[in-house]
Amino acid sequence: MKYVLMMHIPRAGYGAFGAWSQKDIAANFAFVRNLNKTLSESGEFVGAEGLAMPDQAKVVRAGKDGMPITDGVFPESKEFLAGYLMVDVETTERAYEIAAIWSAAPGPGGLPLNMPIEVRQGMSVGANELP
Amino acid sequence: MIETLPNAFDEHLLRELAPQVLGAIVRRFRDFAAAEDAVQEALIAAFIQWPRNGVPENPRGWLIQVASRRMTDQVRSEIARRERETSVARDAETMVFADEIEPDMDMDPNDTLILLFMCCHPALSSSSAIALTLRAVGGLTTAEIANAFLVPEATMAQRISRAKQSIKASRVPFSLLPPEDRAERLPAVLHVLYLIFNEGYASSIGAHLQRLNLAREAIRLTRCAKNLLPDDAEVAGLLALMLLTDARRAARTGPDEGLIPLDKQDRSLWDRAEISEGIEFLTAALSKGSVGPYQLQAAIAAVHDEAARAEDTDWPQILALYELLKRVSPSPMVTLSHAIATAMVHGPSKGLELLKPLDSDDRLAEHHRLNAVRAHLLEMVGDHETAVRHYRIAASRTTSIPERNYLMAQAARLEESPNCPEEKTTTP
Repeated sequence: MKYVLMMHIPRAGYGAFGAWSQKDIAANFAFVRNLNKTLSESGEFVGAEGLAMPDQAKVVRAGKDGMPITDGVFPESKEFLAGYLMVDVETTERAYEIAAIWSAAPGPGGLPLNMPIEVRQGMSVGANELP
Repeated sequence: MIETLPNAFDEHLLRELAPQVLGAIVRRFRDFAAAEDAVQEALIAAFIQWPRNGVPENPRGWLIQVASRRMTDQVRSEIARRERETSVARDAETMVFADEIEPDMDMDPNDTLILLFMCCHPALSSSSAIALTLRAVGGLTTAEIANAFLVPEATMAQRISRAKQSIKASRVPFSLLPPEDRAERLPAVLHVLYLIFNEGYASSIGAHLQRLNLAREAIRLTRCAKNLLPDDAEVAGLLALMLLTDARRAARTGPDEGLIPLDKQDRSLWDRAEISEGIEFLTAALSKGSVGPYQLQAAIAAVHDEAARAEDTDWPQILALYELLKRVSPSPMVTLSHAIATAMVHGPSKGLELLKPLDSDDRLAEHHRLNAVRAHLLEMVGDHETAVRHYRIAASRTTSIPERNYLMAQAARLEESPNCPEEKTTTP
């Protein structure tokens, strides 16, 4: 079963990130790299992507002529998607377990961030007989 | 790799030979993990060379020879490494491998069976057992298996490699299990084959057709298992079930790629050859006496397949078979199907009554199938409003895109014309 694990970061979190020490930043990156490596080795890794800072993000809608109309990030947005991890696991519990590991990635002073991770199951393209 | 092949013959031949070659190499070198790698390399060499140079006169011998050379090279480099590291004199026990081997000295049809039982080891997770079986017994490449399960090749390679390590760690000897142990392990083997089939069949929807047909691979492997265990009725039952289900493949998807339920399928699209072969195997299996769950499921599939039109379906017969299945192999899914059969024989209210206990069954209470069946039966009794609600709940709970689309369409159809049911009575 495939799951997408999404890390949302509050707007304030992005600001705070700039104030992290070099050592803390390095420790956090190493943690994430190591997590991806562990998941590759366990045969569960499908994909992962870290997203750029939301400052430059745009919201796009199609105009009447189908051309894109872009808008800046809305100031009322409280949190942004920081990145996602996609895994293929045997059970839902295993997906939660991985989410908890990621959630505890180290922050300032090496303390766990305990960030909320949204866990969503992917849809399959297969189907069984239905009545 | 597959696309570069000029014809499918080589591919099939290679897949037939893969487990035999692997069996011969494991028996000679006694290292499953290394042998498996060596055989994959030999298969890849054949993929490249045979279409160009022609199939060798003794293809199996050719593969054994190439894989053995690879093993010998590995052993040599391992010895060299150990010598460098420990400067211990060459171990007297270390064999000297001849470059040229007699290719036909190892031919044992049981090798394939040993491999199958090894790969479907109960210590492995089902995804690992499936991957390893497809590779070691099925002769598929890691890339093909990764593609079929839509995961990166590196991930699948790791999954296979870990499975091989687990087998190595469990110190399973490479030999045929005694009959009593084999009987005990057989359900796990059949379950893995069934899962491979189901994965392939479920994915056989319109544009999402897998490049590698896992249902066909499962049928091939089960056919092979049946040849090796000719007296086992459940192996034959499983093969019959696969054939009788796969026969409907072409009819289960519409031009818009929507799911078509059994009672709406164009039965002229069903594969008659597969149906008669399935019925033949089933009949032979049933005459053996011990009737297991795969034979019963195959028998149910056969009753559906034998009806020329949906309304000709022998529902009393199906109901009787589900009653047997409930006794032999009870599960909430069987109870669900039993409720449908009951509704078809004794009316939808009787079917709905049978669904009630399932609401308190943890395995099914929040499963979309329970809502889908309930919606269907509610529609049959004429409670369209509640039926719509259950179709919608089912749609929100399924994790399959075609199922969700189908269930949403059912809800919309019923809501738009509540007094105008489908052209004919629906049957599951």
